[in-house]
Amino acid sequence: MNTIFKIIELFKAFLLDIGELSQFAGRFFKEVFKRPSEYRELLRQCFNMGNRSLLLVGVTGFIIGLVFDLQSRPTLQEFGAVSWMPSMVSISIIREIGPIITALICAGRIGSGIGAELGSMRVTEQIDAMEVSGTNPFKYLVVTRILATTFMLPILVMFGDFIAIYGSFLVENLKGNVSFLLYYNQVFDALEFGDLIPATIKSFFFGFAIGLVGCFKGYNCKKGTAGVGLAANSAVVFTSMLLFIIDFIAVFVTDIFYDL
Amino acid sequence: MDNQKTVIEITDLKKSYGDNHVLNGFNMHLVEGENLVIMGKSGSGKSVMIKCLIGLEQPDSGSIIVMGKDISRLKHEELDELRTEVGFLFQGSALYDSMTVRENLEFPLRRHTKKFGVIKDTTPLVMEALENVGLSHTVNLMPEELSGGMKRRVALARTLILQPKIILYDEPTTGLDPITAKEILLLMESIQKKYNTSSIIITHDVDCARAISNRMILLVDGINYAEGTFEELIASNDPKIQAFFK
Repeated sequence: MNTIFKIIELFKAFLLDIGELSQFAGRFFKEVFKRPSEYRELLRQCFNMGNRSLLLVGVTGFIIGLVFDLQSRPTLQEFGAVSWMPSMVSISIIREIGPIITALICAGRIGSGIGAELGSMRVTEQIDAMEVSGTNPFKYLVVTRILATTFMLPILVMFGDFIAIYGSFLVENLKGNVSFLLYYNQVFDALEFGDLIPATIKSFFFGFAIGLVGCFKGYNCKKGTAGVGLAANSAVVFTSMLLFIIDFIAVFVTDIFYDL
Repeated sequence: MDNQKTVIEITDLKKSYGDNHVLNGFNMHLVEGENLVIMGKSGSGKSVMIKCLIGLEQPDSGSIIVMGKDISRLKHEELDELRTEVGFLFQGSALYDSMTVRENLEFPLRRHTKKFGVIKDTTPLVMEALENVGLSHTVNLMPEELSGGMKRRVALARTLILQPKIILYDEPTTGLDPITAKEILLLMESIQKKYNTSSIIITHDVDCARAISNRMILLVDGINYAEGTFEELIASNDPKIQAFFK
C-alpha cells in the first residue's frame, strides 16, 4: 500500500513540476519581447554555449561516425551493399542520430551548467541582488540563456553531423579506398530537404528544452548548496526525458507530412 | 528626530509560510537620517521583513510605504525606480561572481538611465564608490580574489553607486572577524554622515547595535516586542529583552 502511495506522490510531484515548467515557459514568452533586449548578454551566452561545446560535439560526432560505419560495414558487405553506406550514414545521422546525440551531450554540458550557475546565484542571493538593483533577473539570466541554447543547438547539430559524416568517410576511405568527392557526392545524392528541414526544426525545440529546463531548475533552486547539485542533476535527467518525448513527437509529425 | 520626515512606514505587516507565521502584525517607521537597528533571534522574521520592504517577498497583509509610495500598489517599473533610492547590503555580499569588481559596480549604473542618463564613462563613478570603501585597487579583481571583509565593502560600494537615500543592511558584520567588523561599522557611519542616508540595520551583533543605532526594535515572534534607544533597552528588567544583550 505504501509503495502505491509513494508512486502516486511521485506522479503528483511530476505533474506539479510540469505545471510549474509550463508557467515558467509562459513567463519566458511574455518577457522575450520586452525591453531591454539584453543582446550583449545574449551574444555572450551564445559564445559560451556554442564555442565551448564545439570540441565535445566534434569529438563525439567523429567517434559516432567512425563507429557507426565500422559496425554497419560487415552487414552491408554480406549483402553486397557497401556502396549504400554513404546514403545510410548520412540519412541516419542527419535525420536522427546527429540531433539527438548532440542534444543529449548539450543537456549534460549546457543544461547542467545553467542549472548549477543559476542555482548557485539563487542560493548566494545574487538573483535577489539583481532584482533589488532594478534589473529584471528573469530577462537578463533566463531569457538570454534560453534564446542562446535555442539558436546555438541547430548550429552545433549541423557541425556534429558534418564531423560524424567525415568520420564515416575516413573508414570508407581506409577500408574501401573511396575518395572524398565520391563519398560526399553519394551523401548529397541521398539527402533531400525533407531530411534536413525537420531535423533542423527539431533541433530548435531541443535547444529550447535544454535552456528552459536548465533555467527552470536553477532559477527555482532551494535547499542551499545541496540544492545546487540537485538542480544541476535534475536538469539533465528532466531534459533528457523531455528530449526523447520531443523527438517522438517530431518523428510522428514528420511522418504525417511524408505520408501527405 | 521627531520633526524629521518619515521615509519608511510599515503597518500591521503579516507574512506566513504555510502554518509558520513569521510576521504577526509588525509595525515600524524610519525617519530621515536615522539608523534603526532591528534585533531578533534567528527565524524571528527580520530578513523576511526586510525582503518584504524591498519587494522581494509579498506580504500577506499590511502596508509598506517607502518615501511616500505604497509598494504593493506600484507597477514593476515604478518599483524598480524606487529601488534605486533604496540600497540593500546582503548578508553574503551577493557579488556577481562572473563579473569583475568594476563590472559589479557598473551593472546597476548602466541600467538606470532614467536616474543618471546614459553614462559613457563610468570610471569616475566606479572609482569614487570604491574609494569610499577604501578598495580602489581591487577594481579589476574577481570577487573570488577578495576576502570576506573586502567583499562586504565592495558590496557596499555597489549599493552606494546608485546614491540611495535609504540603505538596508542585512547582518552587515556577521561572519567577519572583530577588526573587520569594526571597519565595516566605521564605514557605515562615515557613509551615513557623508550622504545623510537613513538606514535599517538587521543584526545579532550587540556591539554593532551599540555603535551605530539611534533607535532599536526587538523583534520577537513576528512583532516589535520592544522599542527604544540602546541605553533604554539594555537597562530594561524584562528577561526577554535582557536575553538579547547577554
